[in-house]
Amino acid sequence: MKFDTPATSNPIDQLRVVGQPVDRIDGPLKTTGTAPYAYERHDVARDQAYGYVLGAGIGKGRVAAMDTAAAKAAPGVIAVVTTLDMPRLGKGEMNTAFLFGGAEIQHYHQAIAVVVAESFEQARDAAAMIRTRYVREPGRFDLAAEAPKAQLASADSGEGSGAPQEDRTGDFEGAFAQAAVTLDETYSTPDESHAMMEPHATIAAWEGEKLTVWTSSQMIAWGRRDLAKTLGIPAENVRFDSPYIGGGFGGKLFLRADAVLAALGAKAAGRSVKLALTRPLIANNTTHRPATIQRIRIGAGRDGRITAIAHESLSGDLPEGQPETAVSQTRLLYAGANRLTALRLAVLDLPEGNSMRAPGEAPGLMALEMAMDEMAERLGMDPIDFRIVNDTQVDPEHAERPFSQRQLVQCLRIGAERFGWNRRSATPGQRREGQWLVGLGMAAGFRNNLVMKSGARVRLHGNGAVTVETDMTDIGTGSYTIIAQTAAEMMGLPLEKVTVRLGDSDFPVSSGSGGQFGGNSSTAGVYAACVKLREAVARRLGFNSAEARFEGGQVRAGNRSVPLGQAAGEAGLTAEDQMEYGDLAERYQQSTFAGHFVEVAVHAATGETRVRRMLAVCAAGRILNPKSARSQVIGAMTMGVGAALMEELAVDKRHGFFVNHDLAGYEVPVHADIPHQEVIFLDETDPISSPMKAKGVGELGICGVGAAVANAVYNATGLRVRDYPITLDKLLDRLPELA
Amino acid sequence: MRPFTYERAASPADAARAASRQPGARFIAGGTNLLDLMKLQIETPAHLIDVNRLGLDRIEPTPEGGLRIGALVRNTDLAADARVRHDYGVLARALLAGASGQLRNKATTAGNLLQRTRCPYFYDTAQPCNKRQPGSGCAAIGGVTRQLAVIGASEACIATHPSDMAVAMRALDAVVETVRADGATRRIPIAEFHRLPGETPHVETALEAGELITAVTLPPPLGGHHAYRKVRDRASYAFALVSVAAVVQRDGSGRVALGGVAHRPWRVEAAEAELPRGAKRAMAAILDGARPTHENAFKLTLAERTLASVLAEARG
Amino acid sequence: MSRVTLRVNGEERSLELDPRTTLLDALREQLQLTGSKKGCDHGQCGACTVMVEGRRIYSCLTLAVMHDGEAVTTIEGLGRPDALHPMQAAFVKHDGYQCGYCTPGQICASVATLQEIEAGIPSHVTADLTAAPQLTAEEIRERMSGNICRCGAYSNIVEAITEVAGRPA
Repeated sequence: MKFDTPATSNPIDQLRVVGQPVDRIDGPLKTTGTAPYAYERHDVARDQAYGYVLGAGIGKGRVAAMDTAAAKAAPGVIAVVTTLDMPRLGKGEMNTAFLFGGAEIQHYHQAIAVVVAESFEQARDAAAMIRTRYVREPGRFDLAAEAPKAQLASADSGEGSGAPQEDRTGDFEGAFAQAAVTLDETYSTPDESHAMMEPHATIAAWEGEKLTVWTSSQMIAWGRRDLAKTLGIPAENVRFDSPYIGGGFGGKLFLRADAVLAALGAKAAGRSVKLALTRPLIANNTTHRPATIQRIRIGAGRDGRITAIAHESLSGDLPEGQPETAVSQTRLLYAGANRLTALRLAVLDLPEGNSMRAPGEAPGLMALEMAMDEMAERLGMDPIDFRIVNDTQVDPEHAERPFSQRQLVQCLRIGAERFGWNRRSATPGQRREGQWLVGLGMAAGFRNNLVMKSGARVRLHGNGAVTVETDMTDIGTGSYTIIAQTAAEMMGLPLEKVTVRLGDSDFPVSSGSGGQFGGNSSTAGVYAACVKLREAVARRLGFNSAEARFEGGQVRAGNRSVPLGQAAGEAGLTAEDQMEYGDLAERYQQSTFAGHFVEVAVHAATGETRVRRMLAVCAAGRILNPKSARSQVIGAMTMGVGAALMEELAVDKRHGFFVNHDLAGYEVPVHADIPHQEVIFLDETDPISSPMKAKGVGELGICGVGAAVANAVYNATGLRVRDYPITLDKLLDRLPELA
Repeated sequence: MRPFTYERAASPADAARAASRQPGARFIAGGTNLLDLMKLQIETPAHLIDVNRLGLDRIEPTPEGGLRIGALVRNTDLAADARVRHDYGVLARALLAGASGQLRNKATTAGNLLQRTRCPYFYDTAQPCNKRQPGSGCAAIGGVTRQLAVIGASEACIATHPSDMAVAMRALDAVVETVRADGATRRIPIAEFHRLPGETPHVETALEAGELITAVTLPPPLGGHHAYRKVRDRASYAFALVSVAAVVQRDGSGRVALGGVAHRPWRVEAAEAELPRGAKRAMAAILDGARPTHENAFKLTLAERTLASVLAEARG
Repeated sequence: MSRVTLRVNGEERSLELDPRTTLLDALREQLQLTGSKKGCDHGQCGACTVMVEGRRIYSCLTLAVMHDGEAVTTIEGLGRPDALHPMQAAFVKHDGYQCGYCTPGQICASVATLQEIEAGIPSHVTADLTAAPQLTAEEIRERMSGNICRCGAYSNIVEAITEVAGRPA
């Protein structure tokens, strides 16, 4: 099915199941610990041996020699495979760093060996017996130091965030020079780690030339293709299975060393092998959100109207890598005739930088929305009024291209009212409660809505139940549930009559989970398959498919009513289709919007910042399940608090690695850091987006929230910290004198 | 983790004897730090002596009016003890500021004292570390040092001691009781228990090989206002950037010990005379001779401001 | 190899195992009770939380051999998909989870947290150390802080726990 004209009314609009805040259908499994994750598949692949991955101990250079004699002779060891045993392997289309093979070390903790043994304890011990001799080479590990050598580079995150290397509209420099009020500030964001709770893990089993991996992947089709490419085998010989994923946030979008080394280990051992990357290995072995240094210039008239806006971002990556697309939202968020964005990329020899929840917008808005707060103050305007004055209903670079929906102003106004924004003092540092300085901050949230081709297969059984199969993944996003809701709505069934099977490469290829495109795209694919199934049912029952109504487990037309299952017959009835998209995304700018509101308290003596209240008001099309969508938003808000206040991979610039590479050193928010969170969804449907009239929401919640925290810290203290995270050491010297 | 043999000791003296018999033996109680380090082969004992069932898990009054805390009293139980809550608030507060509920349920009094540093270079076996591998060098010096020591460090090591409990015990003048393989017992004042790194950062305490901690005693209660203020980046389940343990009397006199600044809980008794004159004077004396790095110099300001906050609270 | 007998969810289980085996790996690998999760294996995340002799601990930081003869309760011992424990049901109702990986640990810790408050054990945020701790959101948050949820379901988890706490016994 192709979606190339705006949606009109369709069965989803009934909202009998879709749009309802139903509990997740996978809830009973997840809360009882019976949902099986990759490493836990005792039910597949007999005789599993244990693998243990060893990482390189240098940041850049070569492996000169590896002595594996002791490891091979250690008790229980079945096989040892080292990177020197083979030339460098192929590289997946989505990978920047090579994953295994050859002597070259591109980054710290790059995998250099896998040990396979009868037990985990034996494999771990033997891995520590491998003696490796390195030849170190000087590396480039300091982003600021490499800045002069950075090159302009365009980028597309593939997730709805992107920008040309330099993008100009009007005459930025001229307008900025003439602006009555200006701002020119530089902001920085650090390297961040996904730190999903389930480590990358894989069980691999070979049957002849056929390889099956039970793994933890957000994108089944990409993973399958790239594993085949890396190993140099045909993709049809690889099966990927990933029904439950313990978090991804972009860290499991791409093939990683766990799958490659499980496959190589299993081949060498002649047995199925299971392994997980150890926690201390993950931060440096896998990908991370790259650090940025961003310069923002804004010029405006005294009326607050922006006349000139420029956003330039520098980030680093390994050779062949991409810049973080931190300027993407600045092309679309505010009006202004004269505009400039630029992306620069420095070559760094740190681990691979890549997508992490809302790549581009998450760090980009941390800078832009702090700059907007500063600019509002310079103009003597309320920060909400300043944003409203500069709202635009069209793409500011292409005035003929409207937004499909844009309710940013409503988000801000409703949020201001609900949050009690009028109680905020425009002058910072005014509100004190005991030893705490209290402040309010806000920011706009923005994230593009992307739609991706997505397929599904739906099978109607004789008992009237339906099974949906798609290689879509549920990484905590609620895919199981909203897909079941979609099929139930389309087929006129209660939710319990729908079974959803996900994450298997034997199923039709879906959008996968990333870029907040998964919910809308995958359900649209299920919609397409269900439309086909409805037609098949109608045909089989002799109904005119345009007249047939599917409700209460019955198919009705005129005065005829037949149980749905009757159409299935003995063999069942199967339909498969995919949703593809025309040019609506070119004709309309599709984006999602939010207003983020935060109250913080900053300790007057120590500078500790604690978040007290949070509210997000979101405009993101039809909300398919308000309960799971709300969870997506609060989760992203939580990650945004981490980014604002504590998360930072600390770079050792001499040796080239992230020093705090475990969950004690890399601090993410804990329960005590997060207050009760409120989310409001505006009533919105977007017929330009898909027949679901939905949009993405999983990343909108992180977009802007970091700046809202930063702006609240400023409002509390009068201190502006432009270098994230806002840790107490950056406030301490400027806090008020103590008695 | 290297293979090891495992035994369960029958009595404290047996445990000490077993340890002296077997080179490379270690006692294991809560195990929350030792096993963590064994997985990374930072600790590689050939033999583990499980001391969990030695009955050293009682908290009893001493004839002097203090408390004797068995070595195996779990952190949760110590913090929940009514006498500790009432008379030694600084200790209860320090315990509760540490780790998480799960860890406090397992971690013991003795084990908490013996915690090893959280310096990230100590934890990364690809990096040189004089504490982990004597003579290999210190990768932390000149590296990422935000968490590391500002005072009492050496050219060989700038690690900090991670314990909260030990900081409070330092303020309380606790005494560590031990038994050796020959059955001899001794009492080590806590001020002498933890060492500064010097040239031998791998030697962290005054314990001899095989010597087993049996108890920690607290002198009679001091009265006064008890506070333990732990400052960290996130609100819980994190190690201190700086912590201040204080017992402040009505007249403004008192005791202060610091965590997060040195290789051992940091207390300078002579400096406490400055306390009535305020945090600035007192902390200048306490941290006299500090040599912070560019990244952790903020700890000096933070310690002073935290103490000021504690003193303000003590004044009510 | 060492022999150890554990009473797991009410059932005697005898195991022959490498003394290096953590309680977590004994549960997940030998007994195939994979509800207890391995998020970090170093006591830094809480996903492996179980109750031993009625107290919550991190099962990754203890050896199975150290628990010979002791009673272990895992998430599987609290309830089943068709017979949920009230805390499990509350997590479903309040959507107190997303990816599900930290969830069993959160639920075990939640049950233990309420028991600890009931038993009068103070916490870092207990204002008056000499009084019994109160059942507040702040107390719950502090006591649950040894269980990281990177999906960020904290706000919902606290609501689930609060509901169970308020339910008459």
